[in-house]
Amino acid sequence: MCISLLGFPGISKADQYRQGLYFHKETMLNCLGMSFVLLLSAVGAATVERAQYDYYKYHPMSEITSWMEQMVKDHPDVVTVVKYGKTYESRDISLLKIGLNTGKEKKAIWVDCGIHAREWIAPAFCQYFVREILQTYKTDAKMEEMMKNVDFYVTPVLNIDGYIYTWENETTRLWRKNRSPGPEDCACYGTDLNRNFDANWGTVGVSFDCCSNTYPGTKPASEPEAKAVTEFVGSRKDIFLCFLTIHSYGQLILVPYGHPNYTAPNYDELMMVGKGAAEAVWKVHGMNYTVGASPDVLYANSGSSRDWARMQGIPLTFTFELRDNGTYGFKLPEDQIQPTCEEAYSGALHIITYAHDKTFSGAVANAAVTLWSILLAAGVTGATLM
Amino acid sequence: MAFKDGHFPACALPLKSLLVFSQCPFEIMRLVVVLAVLMGVSGIPDVTISPPTASADTSAHPNSIPETADESEQMEGAEEDVMATGELNPNHYPARRAAQVVQHYLNTRYGSPFRLIGVQTVHSGNAEDVTDSRRKYQLELSVNDIISNTTQTCSAELSFTKGKGQQPPEVKASCEELLKIDIKAQEEALYQKYKTSQTLMSAQYLPDSHGHIKPDMEPFWHLGILASSFIMLNESTENTLYNVAQVANITQLTTEEDHLEFDCHTLLHEMVSQEIIHWKMLFTWSPAEGVKVLQMKRLPHRHEREKSPKTN
Repeated sequence: MCISLLGFPGISKADQYRQGLYFHKETMLNCLGMSFVLLLSAVGAATVERAQYDYYKYHPMSEITSWMEQMVKDHPDVVTVVKYGKTYESRDISLLKIGLNTGKEKKAIWVDCGIHAREWIAPAFCQYFVREILQTYKTDAKMEEMMKNVDFYVTPVLNIDGYIYTWENETTRLWRKNRSPGPEDCACYGTDLNRNFDANWGTVGVSFDCCSNTYPGTKPASEPEAKAVTEFVGSRKDIFLCFLTIHSYGQLILVPYGHPNYTAPNYDELMMVGKGAAEAVWKVHGMNYTVGASPDVLYANSGSSRDWARMQGIPLTFTFELRDNGTYGFKLPEDQIQPTCEEAYSGALHIITYAHDKTFSGAVANAAVTLWSILLAAGVTGATLM
Repeated sequence: MAFKDGHFPACALPLKSLLVFSQCPFEIMRLVVVLAVLMGVSGIPDVTISPPTASADTSAHPNSIPETADESEQMEGAEEDVMATGELNPNHYPARRAAQVVQHYLNTRYGSPFRLIGVQTVHSGNAEDVTDSRRKYQLELSVNDIISNTTQTCSAELSFTKGKGQQPPEVKASCEELLKIDIKAQEEALYQKYKTSQTLMSAQYLPDSHGHIKPDMEPFWHLGILASSFIMLNESTENTLYNVAQVANITQLTTEEDHLEFDCHTLLHEMVSQEIIHWKMLFTWSPAEGVKVLQMKRLPHRHEREKSPKTN
């Protein structure tokens, strides 16, 4: 369109003018400029449309994988994908590592979702969580501080094979375990990954019938998915302040341990922080989440990722069981994704903030005290010298 | 603070020189102020000089020898036998499981396609051994009608039998307030519509994988849950917690009687074992009589778990 404004070769300017074909240079530039702006907006709109991921719908694994790559593209200075294992069916197990790059080794927060395939609200929460922290750190000073001091390691789907299986059709929707074939003589697939960790493995809350939904596997961390977490977190356990594992349903915040005979050494602290989280949850939409050790409020179990993490020395380890209370159960309607994620985020943030402040505000105070003591000590010696 | 000749004192140098107050008092003052601010901001902690240890506590790893040393015992049921007696913690599982049984009972008695009952809160509870094989529970709880969102406080009494010859639990609960929710018109309309319809209704997968149910199918989802409540009530023990995971199929059958008749396949989720249990039922419903289960049958359903036969 604007090309015609450049003039028509072969016709004299005078003639062009007479024929109304000659336009002023400025108009031509305006035209080009306008077209360029229009082009940019079209591209921009397309980019914006592409970036409008619907966090309030359930997504199949292929979309979650694309979304992870998009998060890195959109926030290259803050987000990286880390592959840390392979599932039984040889798919990459990945997490998003999120934090401001300081060049030093940082403390860390762990969040995993989707250990159990049918608990679809859990991966939805992990995606929401990532979106939320990436949005708020730019405007919220506290989140920015936390992003500087810690890295967030978020695994949106741990049991990828199982999750994909639940998307096959309506009859596979309620699958729980992974998709490994188990022992040779077993007629059924799958090990319960949340009974497979090396934490009082195989003692309570399990069934050694390999067809059972609480089959703990052939030995601790026999499953590649559990092994991946064990190796990744285990080789870095000193950096982790906090370990959250997300499940559904039941509206619970569970503290270690799952075995009724063992109590975590910081049980009181865990209960206090857990209750603070439940209160934060309640403030959002009035939903009650019960806090307690699993053998008290739910059932005894062993080999859970939470218990394993606590045994590694990670001080604040919690299991979240999200909505609902049994009406829809695993098949939580999509119109409940947003309120569930909002309340769970509030609860998780309470725990994360506590874990962060315990280490970082505490460090400031300690530095201050150390300086004071040096001053005072030297002051005494100085006084005698003078 | 510069000296007369213009240069600053060496206040950044060795500690000893720092403390020569006469030379750089203001540097010291500044440091003191900074420290005071730090202390003020972070609060005076109950501090020891040692740096924070992120739980290097060796006690984090529990004893490897459990108190009950009998490893050969099937641990799954063992700890359940030592059940709470006396006043119950309303947040703990014994009270929560008992309350769920009350929910199933209330749905068999008061439930309707337009009235579905759920436990909201357990306020208090009590349990005692009546005989060697029977335990009695008393509960104060709030229940609500999920559809109209009205809440009522009720009292309930249950007794469970344990050991051999397990019987369904016996429940006594009165929540008459729930009946005051007026649903007669809706029930009549539903009944007439499907009694006089030329075609028999049939629905599958309520809810679907994404949790959706078409609005005109919701009453049938509710009916599936109500019929299942009879089963869940019968099957409940102190070691179970049942919910309906899905109504896989509900199909209307022809009948000359004054009720609607259905064939129904539901999937129950049992929380403690985490199993999905399939049941088939034949049941009837009318506004006058409510739900009556004529037949029920547990289905063995392994095929989705089973491996394909080995070909080599």
